[in-house]
Amino acid sequence: MAGLGLGDGGSLGRCSHAVVRSLSESLCQHALRREKGKEVDFARAEREHQLYVGVLKSKLGLQVLELPADESLPDCVFVEDVAVVCEETALITRPGAPSRRKEVDAMKRALESLNLNIVEMTDENATLDGGDVLFTGREFFVGLSKRTNQRGAEILADTFKDYAVSTVPVYDSLHLKSFCSMAGPNLIAIGSTEAAQKALKTMQQMSDHRYDKLTVPDDAAANCVYLNIPGKGHVLLHRAPEEYPESAKVFEKLKDHMLIPIANTEMEKVDGLLTCCSVLINKTSEL
Amino acid sequence: MTTEVGPETEVKKDSEQVGADASEEATQSQEDIKCEKTLSEEAQDSPSSPALASQSSPSSQKKEKDLSESKGISRFIPPWLKKQKSYNLVEPKDEAKKKAVEEGQAVETGECQLPEEVTPPEGNLEKATAESQQVAKANDKEEEKHSLSSADTQPAKEDSKETEIKKVSEEQEEKQKIEGKRETKEVQTAEIKMEKAPKKIKTVQCKVMLLDGTEYSCDLEKRAKGQVLFDKVCEQLNLLEKDYFGLLFQDNSDQKNWLDSSKEIKRQIRNLPWLFTFNVKFYPPDPSQLTEDITRYFLCLQLRQDIASGRLPCSFVTHSLLGSYTLQAELGDYDPEEHNNDYISEFQFAPSQSKEMEEKVVELHKTHRGLTPAQADSHFLENAKRLSMYGVDLHHAKDSEGVDIMLGVCANGLLIYKDRLRINRFAWPKILKISYKRSSFYIKVRPAELEQFESTIGFKLPNHRAAKRLWKVCVEHHTFYRLVSPEQPAKAKFLTLGSKFRYSGRTQAQTRQASNLIDRPAPYFERTSSKRVSRSLDGAPMGIPDQSLLRDFSATTVGPAGGVVFDGEAVGQAKLKDGKGRDEDGSPTKTPQLELTQDEKDLDKTQDDLLKHQASISELKRNFMESTPEPRPSEWEKRRITPLSLQTQGSSHETLTVVEEKKQAEVGIEETVVIDEINRGKMQADTDAGETHKVEHLSKKDSSSSSSSDSSSSSESEDELVGEYQPQHRVTEDIIREEQEENEGAKKKEERATEIIQSVETLQEGSKLKVTVEHSQVTAKALTQENAVTIKTGEKNVMEEGKREENEEQLKINGDVSHVDIDVASQIICCSEPPVVKTEMVTISDATQRTEISTKEVPIVQTETKTITYESPQFDGSAGGDTGLLLSAQTITSESVSTTTTTHITKTVKGGVSETRIEKRIVITGDADIDHDQALAQAIKEAKEQHPDMSVTRVVVHKETELEEGKE
Repeated sequence: MAGLGLGDGGSLGRCSHAVVRSLSESLCQHALRREKGKEVDFARAEREHQLYVGVLKSKLGLQVLELPADESLPDCVFVEDVAVVCEETALITRPGAPSRRKEVDAMKRALESLNLNIVEMTDENATLDGGDVLFTGREFFVGLSKRTNQRGAEILADTFKDYAVSTVPVYDSLHLKSFCSMAGPNLIAIGSTEAAQKALKTMQQMSDHRYDKLTVPDDAAANCVYLNIPGKGHVLLHRAPEEYPESAKVFEKLKDHMLIPIANTEMEKVDGLLTCCSVLINKTSEL
Repeated sequence: MTTEVGPETEVKKDSEQVGADASEEATQSQEDIKCEKTLSEEAQDSPSSPALASQSSPSSQKKEKDLSESKGISRFIPPWLKKQKSYNLVEPKDEAKKKAVEEGQAVETGECQLPEEVTPPEGNLEKATAESQQVAKANDKEEEKHSLSSADTQPAKEDSKETEIKKVSEEQEEKQKIEGKRETKEVQTAEIKMEKAPKKIKTVQCKVMLLDGTEYSCDLEKRAKGQVLFDKVCEQLNLLEKDYFGLLFQDNSDQKNWLDSSKEIKRQIRNLPWLFTFNVKFYPPDPSQLTEDITRYFLCLQLRQDIASGRLPCSFVTHSLLGSYTLQAELGDYDPEEHNNDYISEFQFAPSQSKEMEEKVVELHKTHRGLTPAQADSHFLENAKRLSMYGVDLHHAKDSEGVDIMLGVCANGLLIYKDRLRINRFAWPKILKISYKRSSFYIKVRPAELEQFESTIGFKLPNHRAAKRLWKVCVEHHTFYRLVSPEQPAKAKFLTLGSKFRYSGRTQAQTRQASNLIDRPAPYFERTSSKRVSRSLDGAPMGIPDQSLLRDFSATTVGPAGGVVFDGEAVGQAKLKDGKGRDEDGSPTKTPQLELTQDEKDLDKTQDDLLKHQASISELKRNFMESTPEPRPSEWEKRRITPLSLQTQGSSHETLTVVEEKKQAEVGIEETVVIDEINRGKMQADTDAGETHKVEHLSKKDSSSSSSSDSSSSSESEDELVGEYQPQHRVTEDIIREEQEENEGAKKKEERATEIIQSVETLQEGSKLKVTVEHSQVTAKALTQENAVTIKTGEKNVMEEGKREENEEQLKINGDVSHVDIDVASQIICCSEPPVVKTEMVTISDATQRTEISTKEVPIVQTETKTITYESPQFDGSAGGDTGLLLSAQTITSESVSTTTTTHITKTVKGGVSETRIEKRIVITGDADIDHDQALAQAIKEAKEQHPDMSVTRVVVHKETELEEGKE
């Protein structure tokens, strides 16, 4: 019966498969970014990504599906935005950025190959980026941002009926998860900026459940990847100390976690964070 | 349940003395007597009280008494509360003014009583008769008090304490007889009674759709309260943990309403058919904490309905999983031979279920091998309870901008949804006040962390009934899940505006405690097939024709008259159940009878085929591991029903006095709340039987205002437009403070303090007579009774500072208020009078007086002043002259702009028994915006929570209202 039934939060991070996608070279020039900044060092970005995938695959033993890059889709590496997977159901999103809509096709095929129940967001009025979806194990929070609208959130709520879906306004960031993520079954990592703290307050008010919070100095560092791997326990992929030394110190206080620092310097230049680069799936049964 | 004869008599005397007030008081005394009667079934003579005319046949009266004894619900209500039901207003002295005043009063009375009582006078007479316990009053209007009686109509269940009380009351009755009688009234009463007597018999057939799809029907007295029916149904179901459940009826607009247990059914359903649905009302957040499997079973049935109807949304996987547990519970282990592909399609697992889902269900069913039905139910619930909409009661509304939203009331608070998305949430602790006005629903929310002011959020509901319904549901949920014990409706009576509705049942905390006491062997019960349930019974989809159902059941025999009112499909499934069997011996005739229906493996219930049913069980290879020897409901039922407070009461004696004074209208409102608590370290063993409670009601009206109706009157009629409720929190410390903050208007004027005091003085004036009488009575009783209980010493009084309000209170406590000017000295003197009060005595004194209040302080404004005192004299009429030794005394006073809190702690030792008395006085001052009831309620609540082992013994409400012509 494992894996079936509604989680009480304890099953958060259980994961058997991951879907990732290679970077397209167009990323450097054409990837969407909120503000002009330093140019992306593609080679370095690729190295960082390979390290990331390597950790999932080799270190954690996940079955990783690597989708090939599509040069016409500069942002295709950020697979998180195009699918939300919870238990056996996958919602293929309708990304807020029109240039990214075609990214869903490859993802859909990949998820179909995993025999997930696929739900597609076909409503023309709906937009949803997976980066705005925070699943805590007990409920969903959906950031209403430039990329995600109410209708998109509704469809998500329709798709995952078991769970409460609460909306959280997101103003100063690209996504809800630009400043927060789950760092453990009951633990929300949250950035220190006012916007981040405000969003956390909103989430706390909306929830019947009390979450612990892990406040880190840097918003970007609050985006980490939590996994619960049999035999390895709590695993946390977080930003490297070279990037965010203060935040890294905070993560290092998590004694129960296996901590894996991962550099993500280049991708961050185009608003990519750690969770953006994978879709995690827990397959418990082969239908 | 403790009511005392004593006070009544006092009242009577009083009334006699004050000739003008006589009639009214007589009524009151009658009421009191009624209570008394309930206690004293053994009394031979019917005319236990003068008011109860001797003409009426003794025997009938007796029966009535017996009936009233049981007072199901009322038991759970603190005695002093109950008093209020019977509380009466004093009649105007002037006949000329009488009528007008009466009207106002009548309404007011309604407030005090259970809400339904507020209904128009005409019904009153009938009521009185129907509920025989009530003695008809000389004045029709006064009959409004009958609420009490109706509450009493429930099947009698006695506990030992009651018996004790009876004894006491017997004695008291005798005394009463001795007391003077008023012939005229007696006669009148008798007449009325006789006329009405035949009506009593009227019964109505009631039908209740049960969760398993069957129908239960029974005959009810026409004026029976909701509780009577509910208890019958629960008995039929063999359900002990019944506080989670309730009865629904559908109104003309197809809206579902909860039947209020404390009110007459008739008044709630009006012209609707007597047709109800038994449903879960409060979903237990953690079903595993339920004590009995049978309770979980009914919860499962409810959830299956909720799921199949779509009210409880689930994902595909969850539908499948829950469905598989349903199969396991109902069919047992998967058997490939018996469970072919068809078996599953007869069940409904989801609003629309696909073949794929059914396959999934079967697949999962196979994995549950070995689970007993009870275990399967538990698994079912463990999953269902995590669904986000579990236990959420949704109401359509619009926000302030007219956007369609849904308001969801649940255990934790209020949820706001827009298109399935949660857009806001207000946990109960965040909510300061819930109110409705016409079709608007408001919540006042505690300020957020960095904010300074509360905000009030309004929602628009389709109509005022919807608003009220939502409001009631909120009040009930808050009370059930959040409070330790129900808020006292008492304050409701003081309320001047709006609905008095409060949740009167047990809270979750209380029901859990009660459940812990259940020690019957697990009752045997039969699980019926949910296919029928989910398709037909479900409240929502009931009207939806289900072809498959018709097909399945067309051949089946239908119980006589089954489901007459329901649509065809429902009828097919509904079987008439005869509840009689159970009633006779209390043994579990409950076991449902099952019969194998002609077609397939469908199980169907019939009335009489137990054998077949068992055969069917074996056929189906059900595994009823959990079934056990027959339960003996009657035994433990008693235990269970005994109020917890009573059970544990033995060692502590509690008193709490609350004085509330209120001024209304432009003049502003002041409230004084005095909470007097007494904690006795030791009590004699026998005291547990009863707390003595006395209720006094003093009412005064400015003579000039007598012609206008009471502005504070309100009714609980369906049409009432406003209602307020201030949630109280477990941590009540800041409640009063909050209240203050709310009353910004109150802060302005300090002058009001003076007014308060003045009103207090008048109050005392009015009360003195009665109180005095009381005393003598009390004394007399005390003498007759052997066991002297702990005596409260009046020394405390001496200790207290000469504060005016306190003085007033003292006076009342002492029972001797003979001075218009209050001063400490006089009080002390008074104190010495009453020697011993027996705590076992039950006292209700309900006295009202009308006096004139000089309005000179507020020359321009006509005011109406009313004072209501509820007091439980047990705490000893304050024997000032007693031998108690004062150990220590302490006074703590804290003041804020609108509230003054004074706490006195007095320790005395008397005869080796030490007593600690804590007296708390809270004065709440504010203008019309204040919800005085709330404030009072909160004060009481707070006091109770701070000193859980104490009780409220006295409540005094003093209210001054500016009268406006034509205003109600």
